[in-house]
This record gives sequence, C-alpha cells and structure tokens, in this order.
Amino acid sequence: MALTEQELRTLDYEPDAGGHFGDYGGRYVSETLMAALSELDQNYQMLKNDPGFQREFDADLATFVGRPSPLYHAQRWSNAIGGAQIYFKREDLNHTGAHKVNNTIGQALLAKYSGKPRVIAETGAGQHGVASATVAARLGLECVVYMGADDVERQSPNVYRMKLLGAQVVPVESGSRTLKDALNEAMRDWVTNVDNTFYIIGTVAGPAPYPQLVRDFNAVVGREVKWQSKEILGRYPDALVACVGGGSNAIGLFYPFLKDTEVAIYGVEAAGRGLSTTEHAAPLCSGRPGVLHGAKTYLMDNSDGQIAHTHSVSAGLDYPGVGPEHAYLKDIGRANYVGATDDEALAAFHEVSEVEGIIPALETAHALAYTKTLAATMRPDQTIVCNMSGRGDKDIFTVAKMEGISLT
Amino acid sequence: MSNTRIQQRMDALKASGRKALIPYIVAGDPTPSVTVPAMHAMVAAGADVIELGMPFSDPFADGPVNQRGAERAIAAGMTLPGVINAVAEFREQDDETPVVLMGYLNPLIAMGETTFCEACENAGVDGLLIVDMPPEEEGSLVQSAKRHGLDLIYLAAPTTTDARLETIGNATSGYLYYVSLKGITGSSKLDTHEVSQRIAHMRQHVSVPICVGFGIRTAEDAAAISTTADGSIVGTVLVSQIEALANQPEQIPAALQAILQPMRQAMDAKT
Repeated sequence: MALTEQELRTLDYEPDAGGHFGDYGGRYVSETLMAALSELDQNYQMLKNDPGFQREFDADLATFVGRPSPLYHAQRWSNAIGGAQIYFKREDLNHTGAHKVNNTIGQALLAKYSGKPRVIAETGAGQHGVASATVAARLGLECVVYMGADDVERQSPNVYRMKLLGAQVVPVESGSRTLKDALNEAMRDWVTNVDNTFYIIGTVAGPAPYPQLVRDFNAVVGREVKWQSKEILGRYPDALVACVGGGSNAIGLFYPFLKDTEVAIYGVEAAGRGLSTTEHAAPLCSGRPGVLHGAKTYLMDNSDGQIAHTHSVSAGLDYPGVGPEHAYLKDIGRANYVGATDDEALAAFHEVSEVEGIIPALETAHALAYTKTLAATMRPDQTIVCNMSGRGDKDIFTVAKMEGISLT
Repeated sequence: MSNTRIQQRMDALKASGRKALIPYIVAGDPTPSVTVPAMHAMVAAGADVIELGMPFSDPFADGPVNQRGAERAIAAGMTLPGVINAVAEFREQDDETPVVLMGYLNPLIAMGETTFCEACENAGVDGLLIVDMPPEEEGSLVQSAKRHGLDLIYLAAPTTTDARLETIGNATSGYLYYVSLKGITGSSKLDTHEVSQRIAHMRQHVSVPICVGFGIRTAEDAAAISTTADGSIVGTVLVSQIEALANQPEQIPAALQAILQPMRQAMDAKT
C-alpha cells in the first residue's frame, strides 16, 4: 500500500479521532484504562493549543534543557568516509544527555496542568527514567520509575542518578526483565492509581494519545533542523537518519519533514546478532503487524503470537514493538527501515568517539553505523543529518565489560 | 443468537432465582494435562460458566498472579490451538456448561481470527472475552465470532461513562463483565456496597446479565456480590491455589473444588 509521491506530499500525517495512523495505533486497552486515556486526550487536545502551556514548554526547553541543540558538521568523519557531508543534531547536549527530556518536560507539564501530583514512568536504558525523575524534581512531583531487573543491572549509573533525583526505582522481575515488562508494570500502577497519577510514557508506543503527544513534544528536534539546515546549507538535507527502538527520537526528527519528500528518511533498528537470527530487536525489518501495549503495530512474536524476547547491545532499543506511526510510514513508503548489528554499532561507537570527539549512546551508534553506509553511497555535495540522540557516558561500562576491560 | 449455551444458562439461573458462579483459570497452568480435570471439578463444585484464560506473554491488564499463571502455561507448552483442544476434550463429557475463552488479541491475530473462531465453534467454545479489544477497536473478529455463534463479552469499569455503557451494552452478548475495582485483577479489596449501587445504575443502560469480577476472594464476597449482580467471577484466588500446588498438579482439581463449594453454598443461601 505504498503511496505516490504526490499523495505523500499532501497527507496530513495526523491520527484520526481514535488515534489511528492508517491501520495502526488506536487504543487496544482494557476498559479500566479507557477513562484515563480519554481524559488525557481531552486535556492534551486542549492544552496543545493553549498559549500559556506552550509558553511554559518553550521556556523550559530553552532555559532548562538548553535548546536549540546545535547542528554540527562532522567534517573529519565525513572526509574519512568520502561521501555525503554528515551533520549531527546534537540532542546529546541536552540536559540529562538525550532527546528524552523534550518529551518528559511536555508530559510533566501535562501532569501539572491536569492536577496529578504523582508521575510514573517505565525505562529501558534508564534515559527516560532519568529524564522523568529530573522534571519531577523540578516540578515537585512524586516519581516512581519501573525498570526491568536486567536493565537495573546493565544501567546502574542511571539507577543511581534517578535515586539522587529523589525518584523511587522499582526493579521488575517478571517476564524477560526488560523494557516491555517495565511497561506492563507501569500500566498496572496507572490503572490502580489513576486518580492521582500521570503516566509518562517514554516513547511513541502505547495507546492513543501517547504516540501523538510524544511525537509532538519531540518534534522540536525536526523543526530546529529545518531552520538550521536552511541557515547552514541554504536547503534541507538530502537524508535523515535516526535509530528506532520505540522510535521517539526518530519521529521527532522525521515528522516536520514528512511532506518534504525530497528528503529521504531512514530509521535504523537494532539488528542485534543479525536479522537472520532471532536475536535482534527489529520489528519493522523482520516482524509483522500485531497488537502490543495498547496499539496495533509491527512487533516481534513467535508463531503462537507470544511476544518474543529481543536482543540488542543497547538497552534502549531492546523492545519487541515500535511506535505505530513508524509502522504506517513504512507501509505507505515514506520512510525506510534498516538494521545495524551490535558489532556495527560498536564499531561506529569507537569511530565517532575517536574521529569527532563525541562518545555517542549505544542506541545512537546504530544510527551512526547506517549513516556511514549511506554516506559512502552519496556525493560530497549531498548531506545527511543523523540524530545524535544521546551521549554515551551511560554506556562506557557496558562497552568496557564487553571488551574485557575492568574499570574498577 | 438468542440460543447460545451462555444465554440458556443465564436464563435458567434467572428462572430458578440463582446467581452464576464463574471461575477463571489459565489453560495449561501449571501443565496442560490438569486443565480438563480441573474444569470438570469446578463444574462439580457448582460452576455455572467457566472462563478459561488463553495464556499471553504480556497480559498487562492482569495482576502478577495471573501473569505468572500465563508464564507457567506457556513454559509448559500451552498454545492457542492447545486451549481450544482442551475445550473439545471437556465437551466429550460436558455438553452443558458454557465455556468462555478470555485473553489478549495478539495470539488470535497470529492464528488468524477466522481460523480461530471456526476452531472455537467446532470445539464447543461459547464466548470470547478479549481484554485489549474495546468496542472502538473491534474489527473482523466481531463478524467471525457472530458467524460462528460465539458470544462476545465486554468489560465495564467503575470509570466507564454512561455513553460508553450504552456502546458496550449494545456490543456485548451473553453477559457483561463488570470489573469491580479500578485496579488490575486480584488487587486491593472489594467494596460491595459501592458495587451494588453501580450495578443498579448500569442496569439502566445494559439489558444483558451483569457479572462481577476482580477482587472476589471469599465465600462472603461471592455471596455479597450475588445479592445484586447476576454472577460472581472468581479468578486470582484460584490461580494462587494452582501456583501453590504447581509441583503437585494432581491435587489441583480437588483444591479448586474446595474453594468453590463454600462460595456456591454461600451464594445459594442468599438467594
């Protein structure tokens, strides 16, 4: 069902009233959650056009996060590859070190405007948990973060950060003890405590209206790239590249460019130990449509429809589903989804650290790995913007351990 | 559709002034061979309808007890065709007790909704309760279910608005499953007074029988709920008992019977 270029230029790329992006998205949840989601939807549709709310959001992005983040020309790396000019959108320079804070500020403000004194969040790599704990501290909200027990071990520095920020971190022992289980547990908390609790979802997955509102809060990334590329290049880039786990940094970059079909779009999933194995986290590359965590989307499951245990070197990409808007963009042919393996990501992690002086997050390293492949096929007068979605400080222990280096 | 096994059973109960006792267990928990004997034992203890869980890896509307039940069943090799086969085997000896399959949408999508509904009809399944499919998202499954004579049972919650109650009341057949607590299955405690007020209100919008689940643990709970509701749904307390006996599965049928019998007696004493 790929659409023509003319159709892609004129689509409005907004979900319908039920939160559907084409066939995907929606609100596949138990009746116990419907009232909470309707209330959230009403509040959001009202506040997103409220000048006071927008002013407060923009002010926090400027003075608390440090936006706009720079668009940086990775000159040495571009020259070394010998293809397209590569630019990094420096979300790694945001307060808390990743794009995640754009969304948590937006949602924490929604919580405040909705009169909910308690926020909860799920987290994989810990970035979203830290970003949630950060804004909760700033706004004086109680904060509980659910985190898979395996991720608690993999990401102990972030666990400590959250505690420093006054949040309670709850390790989740059920299922595969990773992000999807943390999400299950957070949903349970929300159903039980919906009267006083706001659930800050960390990605563009989940039931409507989350995919839309998380996208909207992250779209500041793509909007900045639009004016920055005009200013620096005099035109839009030829291609955008971003890693896709749930897909929030990617949709934030892509969304403002969707109608500009001269800009090619690439989402990079975690191919783990290879797309031909079962050990990856790439539902768009090799999964199929199904229903998970409240939305219809591409996911990884077995022949019985049980959700698969995924693998990625990066905790933030280790998720069997993906945001429904990405599923839609894949089917209509507006975005391309590809994979980068653990090894490719690790190689890019080292290369960009050494050549550009930027240690990227392991999630981001997947986007960098594909950026290198893509750049090599392009001319030096062409440009790629790769979303440097997060910094790699949190990952140095993981990488050192994999390489047999002891840091203690 | 007026003649399904569920509707006949609900009509018969109403005619005799009794209320439905509806136990829930996860099919295949802790091992597939226990499921059919457990179903027969529950009928012997006075169950009027059986809700059989279709295990799913990510049951986010269930509590941890039911999730562990699903994990045990999946680990023991239970699949969706396996659940349907268990019903077919149950039907060899019991052609009267209605069986409702309860679960999540993704395994049905994987099997194919039409294939699934056809297999359900052939096996003698009577109804479906798909937790993560509210009326807004019902798609081809509804047509398939109707074509194969399956009742579709929907959930209502304390937070459900009157407008949605109308929609849900129109969509549901067999009975309406009222989730007595805001929370997940098996959490917190039951407020029977609040439940009875709520049921009286819902009857203005819903014509099918209303059965109440979530939070019913004791014979007293079941009896209290039965004074206003048309039935009591009992799940977590049974799944907990199965968990406790996971290493002695042969004792499970009798243990479930021991929980359900006092509930049956207490319910019948009240009505």
